[in-house]
Amino acid sequence: MSYAYYPGCSLHSTAEEYDRSFRQVCSGLGIELEEVSNWICCGSSPAHETSHLLSIALPAHNLSIVERSGKEEVVVPCAACYSRFKFALHEVERDKGLSQQVNEVIGSEFRGKVNVIHPLEILSDRGTLAEFKAVNDLSFIKAVCYYGCLLTRPPKVMKFDSCENPTSMDNVLRSVGVTVLDWSFKTECCGASLALSETGIVVKLVGDLLTEAKRAGANAVAVACPLCHANLDTRQTEAEDLRGEKLGIPIFYFTELIGLALGYGKKELGFDKHIVSAEPLLSRLHGGV
Amino acid sequence: MSTININYNPSVSGFVLALSRESNQDVNACFQCRKCAVGCPIAFAMDLTPTQIIHSARLGLEDNVFNSKTIWLCASCHTCTTRCPQDVDIARVMDAARILAVKRGVQPSVKSVERFLYTSVKNIEWFGRLYELGLIMALKLKSREFTKDMKLGLEMFKKGKIKLIPSFKGMWDARKICRAVKKKESR
Repeated sequence: MSYAYYPGCSLHSTAEEYDRSFRQVCSGLGIELEEVSNWICCGSSPAHETSHLLSIALPAHNLSIVERSGKEEVVVPCAACYSRFKFALHEVERDKGLSQQVNEVIGSEFRGKVNVIHPLEILSDRGTLAEFKAVNDLSFIKAVCYYGCLLTRPPKVMKFDSCENPTSMDNVLRSVGVTVLDWSFKTECCGASLALSETGIVVKLVGDLLTEAKRAGANAVAVACPLCHANLDTRQTEAEDLRGEKLGIPIFYFTELIGLALGYGKKELGFDKHIVSAEPLLSRLHGGV
Repeated sequence: MSTININYNPSVSGFVLALSRESNQDVNACFQCRKCAVGCPIAFAMDLTPTQIIHSARLGLEDNVFNSKTIWLCASCHTCTTRCPQDVDIARVMDAARILAVKRGVQPSVKSVERFLYTSVKNIEWFGRLYELGLIMALKLKSREFTKDMKLGLEMFKKGKIKLIPSFKGMWDARKICRAVKKKESR
């Protein structure tokens, strides 16, 4: 299988371990990725909060590059990029006036014929893990899956998994041997980009989320969004100070856990980039990482 | 107790029409079930709930909307949009309220968010791909909060999560698109 691959800004910087582990897992599972040439930022929240046209034009430009390359599907791991790409497809399809304006702005014709998929779709719905054989036993990792806001909401645009109780990541991680726990905060918000403006809001929400994860009995949180990861990982110490209790819960991209089950090490997957160290938990792995 | 006179006739509130047009939503469809307010994860930090924003708009009380913290604090999590029984995309209405407030020159009640949004868009226009270090520096210069997150920033830098040099790839495409959008919107 071969897909066009749009990493997005985060996977080339703050979420480099997501990029690294996803590529590693794909190579291990025989999935080929071809990075979209000369991609640009999807615009994320700053675009849609300041200009509707810009928020559709930026993803449309990237998708039109994929269309011209002849690929039918583009895989987008970042939940924010995935959301903006799906919004672009949705809006262009239903609003012909907007579609024309977008084409004028990007200087090419975007037909909206490319399929935007998330790595979870490949791994959960397409039988990719059907014959998966784990090298490492990960049953000591008791993880709650945190989907966040944008992967599934709003459902009429995203058309992926359940918007109130998604299970794709739970199923994927369970099938590679992780002990997956149920909890009720799967799609709560972490405060997203307010981290760089109204940090206090994010610290409060991160504290709520991680306390609930702990209460559910988790020793790890699995995520599929660079912003969720950044907030839960980098704001954890402040959340501990706010709540006056130690949390110490490592945050993993789900791709890092699959990579670990496949037998890859921390350098190949990028655990060393986490702010909340994964070492104490992973020291229980037979043979180390 | 002070009283105010309200001519309640939503269909003629010019403001609700402007907001409906900008958001491409039928804001008047709201029947105030308050699901959006109940599910909003940021409501604890807002001055008005999302329901109150929608209702203010329907009453033509545009100052209530424009001067609220709510329109700037909305995190675009789409919980309200997902749950609205009247199919109003409330997150999109919040976007539209922000855009109208800026167009009309209203001073944002949460300056830090406005600064983050417009500095980020400028950053994308300049570099094509978001250049985090440039964004952080620009925000620090504007907010004058030089020591905030310094320790965390250094740690992330050491771990290679924040790059020193921007990529510049696709820079000219991004500039072309951003400028073409501005030109269209200024007409």
